[in-house]
Amino acid sequence: MAEKTKQKSRQGEIASAVSRLGIYFILLGMIIVSALIQPTFLTITNQANILRQMSVIILIGCAETIVIIMNKIDLAAGSVVALSGIIACFTYLATGSLFCSVLAGMAVGMCCGFIMGTVITKCNVPPFIVGLAMMKISRGLTLQLTNGDNIYNLGSFSVLGQGTVGNVLPIPAVIVIVVALVLWVVLNKTCHGRYIYAVGGNEKAAAASGIHVDKVIVRTFMLSGAIVGLAGVVLMSRLNAGMPNTADGYEFEGITAAIIGGTSFLGGIGTIQGTLVGGLVVGILQNIMNLKGIESFTQQIVKGLIILLAVVVDINSGRIFGKMQKKK
Amino acid sequence: MEEKEYRIELEHISKSFPGVKALDDVSFRVRPGTVHVLVGENGAGKSTLMKIINGLYKADSGKIKFDGKEVEISDPVSARKLGISMIFQELNFIPHLTVEDNMFLGREPRNSFQMLDKKTIHRKAEEFIRNEGLSYDPRTKMKDLSVSDMQMIEILKAVSSDASLIIMDEPTSAITQKEVEVLFRKIEELKHRNISIIYISHRMEEIFKIADDITVLRDGTVVHSAPASEFHTDTLISYMVGRKLENTYPQKTNVPGEAVLEICGFSGKGFSEIHMMVRRGEIVGLSGLMGAGRTEVARAVFGLDPHEKGSLLLNGQEIRIEHPWDAVKQGIVMVSEDRREYGIITRRAVQENIAISSLKKRMRGCFLQKREESRAANEMIDLFKIKVPSRYTAIENLSGGNQQKVVLSKWLLTEPEVLIVDEPTRGIDIGAKFEIYSHLIQLASQGMAILMISSELPELLGISDRIYVMSMGKITGEIGKEEMSQETIMRLATGG
Repeated sequence: MAEKTKQKSRQGEIASAVSRLGIYFILLGMIIVSALIQPTFLTITNQANILRQMSVIILIGCAETIVIIMNKIDLAAGSVVALSGIIACFTYLATGSLFCSVLAGMAVGMCCGFIMGTVITKCNVPPFIVGLAMMKISRGLTLQLTNGDNIYNLGSFSVLGQGTVGNVLPIPAVIVIVVALVLWVVLNKTCHGRYIYAVGGNEKAAAASGIHVDKVIVRTFMLSGAIVGLAGVVLMSRLNAGMPNTADGYEFEGITAAIIGGTSFLGGIGTIQGTLVGGLVVGILQNIMNLKGIESFTQQIVKGLIILLAVVVDINSGRIFGKMQKKK
Repeated sequence: MEEKEYRIELEHISKSFPGVKALDDVSFRVRPGTVHVLVGENGAGKSTLMKIINGLYKADSGKIKFDGKEVEISDPVSARKLGISMIFQELNFIPHLTVEDNMFLGREPRNSFQMLDKKTIHRKAEEFIRNEGLSYDPRTKMKDLSVSDMQMIEILKAVSSDASLIIMDEPTSAITQKEVEVLFRKIEELKHRNISIIYISHRMEEIFKIADDITVLRDGTVVHSAPASEFHTDTLISYMVGRKLENTYPQKTNVPGEAVLEICGFSGKGFSEIHMMVRRGEIVGLSGLMGAGRTEVARAVFGLDPHEKGSLLLNGQEIRIEHPWDAVKQGIVMVSEDRREYGIITRRAVQENIAISSLKKRMRGCFLQKREESRAANEMIDLFKIKVPSRYTAIENLSGGNQQKVVLSKWLLTEPEVLIVDEPTRGIDIGAKFEIYSHLIQLASQGMAILMISSELPELLGISDRIYVMSMGKITGEIGKEEMSQETIMRLATGG
């Protein structure tokens, strides 16, 4: 029996290694294939373009990752992006300080996260419903604040979204890297990170291990909200306008990046680097389909299929691998 | 009496699960219009046997005859067709449906359009309830009824489906004395209608009140089967226990000291007026049958469930515990009986599971010290001899015994004063059991106060210094080392 357990666990380890590393190989493969079929793909302009386009989605993906690891979900991210972006625009108009507007955007996101986390834990409302409600509330608030009109004449507010470092690297990409680093540290080097994984792995056991589960959930939603807020600022800055109707459905783009990057919808498993790669995979796919002139309708179908594939592989990785071994 | 004079006959039934033989050559017969009581300790095989009759399990070997004819019961539907109905310990119904809908669940009459025939359902339900001399509104929602009402409805459901054999699994465990009387009257009535009843119970007084025949199961075999008049409380208890005390317990080395944990007048859901005390270096056993309220007390002490009344003293100081983290902070920890639900953090590595409750001790500023964590994990893996391919293996890939050791390691690292273990050796093979016992004794001799809940009498006798026995939510006795025997425990546990 010990032999069997050993074999089983080794099998599990290999399976998890395959699903852990698989995404990197997919990214590599996609880059090679893309470069071969479309020579313009590898140009610096195009690469910078992908990074700039994907940065907002990847930021939302990072925010979703920590929430999904905890076996919860944030459906309001898209609307909160709009709300915090708009608030950031107002702040910029009022103060002229980019720093203050970034801070304001993040604070708004954090507040939304705090409210969601608190309602989830204190009132026992399922995260799905709380997200749905917050989605409506924050979108409505955004439209109310702006009367549904776009905000223009933002001056140098656009530096954050359109600027580059050393004329090559887009600033949004730098922001993504910084955020990813911070989250990586949180997940891997702090108690809080451990608790996020523990709550996602088994909430009851986490509570029975002496963890303040409620506190962990609220804090994680706040952290996630702050990043969503930042994503809002970056988005509006890139657009060089405050657009209250934008970012609709972005939460699903972010969730897609997280899921493709190996974050498990069952909770307890997931990494930030995975989400980065997952976001890039989606971005490259979109880019190459654009370059090849594939219709946007078809693009949606392809994206849908990829999400499905990623989740099927995640849920069945142990079983699929077990079968492969048996055949051998 | 001739052979076909029996309602149901089970002949030479055996059933194994991976690692255990649940039933071994069990034969068992029930006469028409009688109550046949089935008794046995927790884990004696009663439930397995009943599930075989009800078609939930399939026997590995043996025959079943119903009304003299050999039958094959492959699932609960075919059991119901034969006229077998089972009333489970956890009642089976859908709370948001009405009484009538529940009564006809799965066999709803339909009209000519294949739609639900609500009228017929209502009419039939009303008729039935009236005929049974009861007065429920069949349109009440099930969740609005009391437990005994629900039980009555379950019985009605069974009778309404023309059952000729009704299995009742501890039907009185959740109802009041008055309701028990109503139930017994109903049972008498059913007997007159020539309906047979298999009745599982632990309570001596009710067993002797209603039993026509009694069969005692122990470790998956029939120890004795006879008319109820041939038994009395003492003989019944001695048939139930009598398990061999194997010499597989480690040498006791711990010496009890002064009181550490005192539970004073604890009351809550499923238990009342509990007074207990555990000394430094002492292993205190908490015995009782399933549903006696042992786990409930432990959960309340650990803060997993709320308690209504009573206080806790730790080293003479009153402490307040409302959440598990309060308990952990005070140095009281608990290993749950439900390892999958409350013990292990699934999908995470062994190392993380070991360290999760003591992370705060291994911080430098805001950051975890991975090296310290690994060192602690390795130390525990060595100490408990946890068999694991690597520290990074996901915990669900470990065997039950090794998972249990991981949970123990987790708590040991928090340096607790009081360790509560609930069924610490459930689902663990014999070798690992011995190791768990040695560790518990070892911890006690280092001064830890240990409260051990167990359903296995030999285990309790083997390593406890003192034993409390619970029955129906109350402490019914405290037994010192000298008076310890399976019979005394069982007598207190059954209220005999």
